[in-house]
Amino acid sequence: MDMKVNIAGVEWKNPVTVASGTFGSGEEFSDFVDLNRLGAVTTKGVANVPWSGNPTPRVAEVYGGMMNAIGLQNPGIELFCQRDIPYLKQFDTKIIVNVCGHAPEEYLAVVERLADEPIDMMEINISCPNVNAGFLAFGQDAGHVEELTAQIKKIAKQPVIMKLTPNVTDITEIAKAAEAGGADAISLINTLTGMKIDINRRTFALANKTGGVSGPAVHPIAVRMVYQAAQAVNIPIIGMGGIATAEDAIEMILAGASAVSVGTANFHDPAVTLKVIDGIEKYMEKQGFETVKDMVGAVR
Amino acid sequence: MTKKKEQVQIISQVQLAEGIFSMWICTEAAKTAKPGQFLSMYTNDGTKLLPRPISICEIDREGGALRVVYRVTGENTGTEQFSRMKAGESLFIVGPLGNGFPLEEAKGKKAFLMGGGIGVPPILELAKEMDCGKKQIIAGYRDRQTFLREEFEKNGELFISTEDGSVGVKGNVLDAVRELGLEADIIFACGPTPMLRAIKQYAEEKGITCYISLEERMACGIGACLGCVCKTKEKDAHSNVNNKRICKDGPVFLSTEVEI
Repeated sequence: MDMKVNIAGVEWKNPVTVASGTFGSGEEFSDFVDLNRLGAVTTKGVANVPWSGNPTPRVAEVYGGMMNAIGLQNPGIELFCQRDIPYLKQFDTKIIVNVCGHAPEEYLAVVERLADEPIDMMEINISCPNVNAGFLAFGQDAGHVEELTAQIKKIAKQPVIMKLTPNVTDITEIAKAAEAGGADAISLINTLTGMKIDINRRTFALANKTGGVSGPAVHPIAVRMVYQAAQAVNIPIIGMGGIATAEDAIEMILAGASAVSVGTANFHDPAVTLKVIDGIEKYMEKQGFETVKDMVGAVR
Repeated sequence: MTKKKEQVQIISQVQLAEGIFSMWICTEAAKTAKPGQFLSMYTNDGTKLLPRPISICEIDREGGALRVVYRVTGENTGTEQFSRMKAGESLFIVGPLGNGFPLEEAKGKKAFLMGGGIGVPPILELAKEMDCGKKQIIAGYRDRQTFLREEFEKNGELFISTEDGSVGVKGNVLDAVRELGLEADIIFACGPTPMLRAIKQYAEEKGITCYISLEERMACGIGACLGCVCKTKEKDAHSNVNNKRICKDGPVFLSTEVEI
């Protein structure tokens, strides 16, 4: 039985990574998780310069999940390259760097800076709901997605994963646009925009008023969107959205994801990724799957 | 791997005051815990994913037990669920987390150990372990329900303030300091932000070293999600912006390094 997967030419030892922003740079979780066991580590979004993020409160709990509006606080690409990439290089896992920006030139600056860094893939966040630059609309417009993907692909030295927002009418249109722009893979879903009101203080639970909803509550929506995207494109899909157990991850793979990311569940159990990996292996054994690839999109 | 989410058993649970509960748990975390650190406590309700950060009130290292004293924040909350649990039942925790109070700074000094509201409990272990010249504990409560009072009396000189004036000085902890003419060369404080803001200002006016323990909504509790940041005066070396993580870099900060 073989747990390896090949995502756009990069071989992971198993199909499990972590969702950007839920795992820091990996270092924060290293007391709880042997990073060598992960298929890949996906790092917190990084921009061309440091970002301070949003005011607090930045997080709130909701039924079966949570909301966040961190606002992509990050140390900037320079410090990231000096500190976080060398840290992760100590481990036998793939490194996926999540890239964020307010405008195309900001994304391109980061992509260019990463060109000679020893990373394996990059994931382009065109879907964060918490950054106020009128730029969210970007990931929601197929034309813009295709254009930005093409610009990034022109200069990127590593495979490019475009991370899609679920806050759209038709996910297949955006997935196709990323593919048309030359994306090597897509990942979905980012968080769903939500709002929570604190009825005692009579104000918004988050300082940003709105935030991204994640956790088990959004899982069925994510499975549906991964399934739809898988019918629409031929590039690999990294499925995420509310995965908390191996069963959730397997659902996502059967729906069409070639690999999966565990996100919010890391806050519920810092070692959950290892349980997901072990659980997928057990399922494959029990169901007689020789490779993960045989499971991908097996439910049509 | 050195840390994990641990299933722990409840040794005892009692109510100390209206909405205030005291729970002793049997845990490996007791071995390494320090005053001012906290636990991420998980409910057994699968719809509530995030841990509740709860400060450590007492440490029994030899007995392998920790005490938390916490406030029930409302109906159907995680803390309400904790309050309904009984001895023998179990729950999950991660900890001890955060940095704790720098006890060694108090050696030979006249100290204020100040707690307000649900910021009172972590001051107890601090008082038990602190070796200082003069130990002045100043506890601020809402009313006559002065929980942990007997324990404080055994571990230092206790001064009480109450909002309604029913016990001790009417007002807050700083009103007690002023009315009783108390003095210190170092301050350790935990409590609501307005109280800490006033103490920070008092310490800066007097030129006294002051450590404050901050609170914020948290998700991961281990420094990864950047949910619980506070503003800092200088650029922080880790974040590369003027933010520190309360869960990981704190919750205890030198008052002059943070802006609250």
